[in-house]
Amino acid sequence: MSAKTIDLTLKVWRQKGQNSEGSFKEYPAKGVSVHASFLEMLDQVNEALISQGQDPIAFDHDCREGICGSCGFMISGNAHGPIKSTTVCQLHMRNFENGEVLTLEPWRATAFPVIKDLMVDRSAFDRIITAGGYISVNTGNAPDGNCLPIPKPDADEAFASAACIGCGACVASCKNASAALFTSAKISHLALLPQGQIEKEKRTIKMVEKMDSEGFGACTSTGACEASCPKDISLTNIARMNREFLKAALCEKPEHHHGEG
Amino acid sequence: MVAFTGTTVGRKYLMGVSGLIWAGFVFVHMCGNMLILISPQAYNAYGHAIVSNKPLLIASELILIFALATHIVSAIALTRQNRSAKGIAPVRAPNGAKSTGLASRTMAAQGALVLVFIISHLVVFKFGNYYETTVDGVVMRDLSKVIFEVFQSCQPVAWYAFCLVLLGFHLSHGFGSIFQSLGMLHPAYQPKIRIASLVYGFVVSVGFLSQPIYVFLSQS
Ligand code: SF4
Ligand code: FES
Repeated sequence: MSAKTIDLTLKVWRQKGQNSEGSFKEYPAKGVSVHASFLEMLDQVNEALISQGQDPIAFDHDCREGICGSCGFMISGNAHGPIKSTTVCQLHMRNFENGEVLTLEPWRATAFPVIKDLMVDRSAFDRIITAGGYISVNTGNAPDGNCLPIPKPDADEAFASAACIGCGACVASCKNASAALFTSAKISHLALLPQGQIEKEKRTIKMVEKMDSEGFGACTSTGACEASCPKDISLTNIARMNREFLKAALCEKPEHHHGEG
Repeated sequence: MVAFTGTTVGRKYLMGVSGLIWAGFVFVHMCGNMLILISPQAYNAYGHAIVSNKPLLIASELILIFALATHIVSAIALTRQNRSAKGIAPVRAPNGAKSTGLASRTMAAQGALVLVFIISHLVVFKFGNYYETTVDGVVMRDLSKVIFEVFQSCQPVAWYAFCLVLLGFHLSHGFGSIFQSLGMLHPAYQPKIRIASLVYGFVVSVGFLSQPIYVFLSQS
């Protein structure tokens, strides 16, 4: 392995807390190995900051292998940085040039308030899921994997939608901060499978309404989300959400409450 | 039924359906106007046939006005919602491999300009100078005379060129978007819709543009 290193300048959004004002501050990142991941590079910068008695840059992360959806911030306008189909934890420094100046800022969306620096509160996503992203199942032992026949193309499509890791890059890259790609991936994944049919209408309506009430914007089909999504979630999911929503709105049955009428 | 049109998805349906009505109208309008390239008489006769069919004319005008109003009201509601949803915009728009089309990012601004164009266009032509002519013994409005009058100088031609390119730009994104908004995208034909939308926007733009340019050149 070569020992190639690069020097960068980082302009980082620093914000103490949700209600404080934020601003950009400049930090040098010197002698960065091109084999390091972006987060490892930030770890090095933070070590230097800590040793100087300064507050390290806060950013979210967990698995660091592109599967948990914890990490993510904007790198010079791009969610998760310049490389497609990649989370920022899987982004390597070999993708940057020596001497580059990078602007790091948190996901920008009213529904994702900044917790600190590059860290945002994405619990709005959790609330969209809680609104309807579940299915009814029989209790008891786990059913046999093949007891429900599912055509292979449907299984594949559902799986492609289920690949969404809830990172929020779609919202961050969208000029409208729309959560349509995320919500539609979750709706699609269940709508494509037999297990998801029971609550399908109710789920679609509830999740769309929740998406709106959390303060996300509307889709204007710019395609920024699809381009930034580390899991390549397709725009066709949004079309599916829209047609499921129309169907549900037209066919919704009134809700029955136990003990009434 | 839920408050369908109160949701972002419902409003996109309104945008899509009203946009589709106008997209259809614009195309037919462009095709019909091509008659000016053939002869002023043919063009006048065509215009006369349209205005003589009162029930059809009034029904179409009402549908168009209603669709335009729906398009504008939904657009304003969505744009306001989208601005407040974004809050602070990032320092740069997505770029490089993740960049998006200029047309798709500036739809609201284009829409506002197109509205100005529609109004000015109606003032100049539909409600503009009134001349009469006789074609095959029938007295009718000489609309072609207005066209030749307007497009004899450079400025109106330039203004129309600007507006028609803008209109084509608006349609090149809008037409394809309609399919997504109305829930009609599928991996099998998604790329084809994108191409069809670009072609449609281009054809409308160039088709319309050919008319003032032809009229201008034929007089200079
Ligand atoms: S759709 Fe893609 S960008 Fe959006 S949350 Fe899911 S994985 Fe992230
Ligand atoms: S830290 Fe888990 S996806 Fe990046």
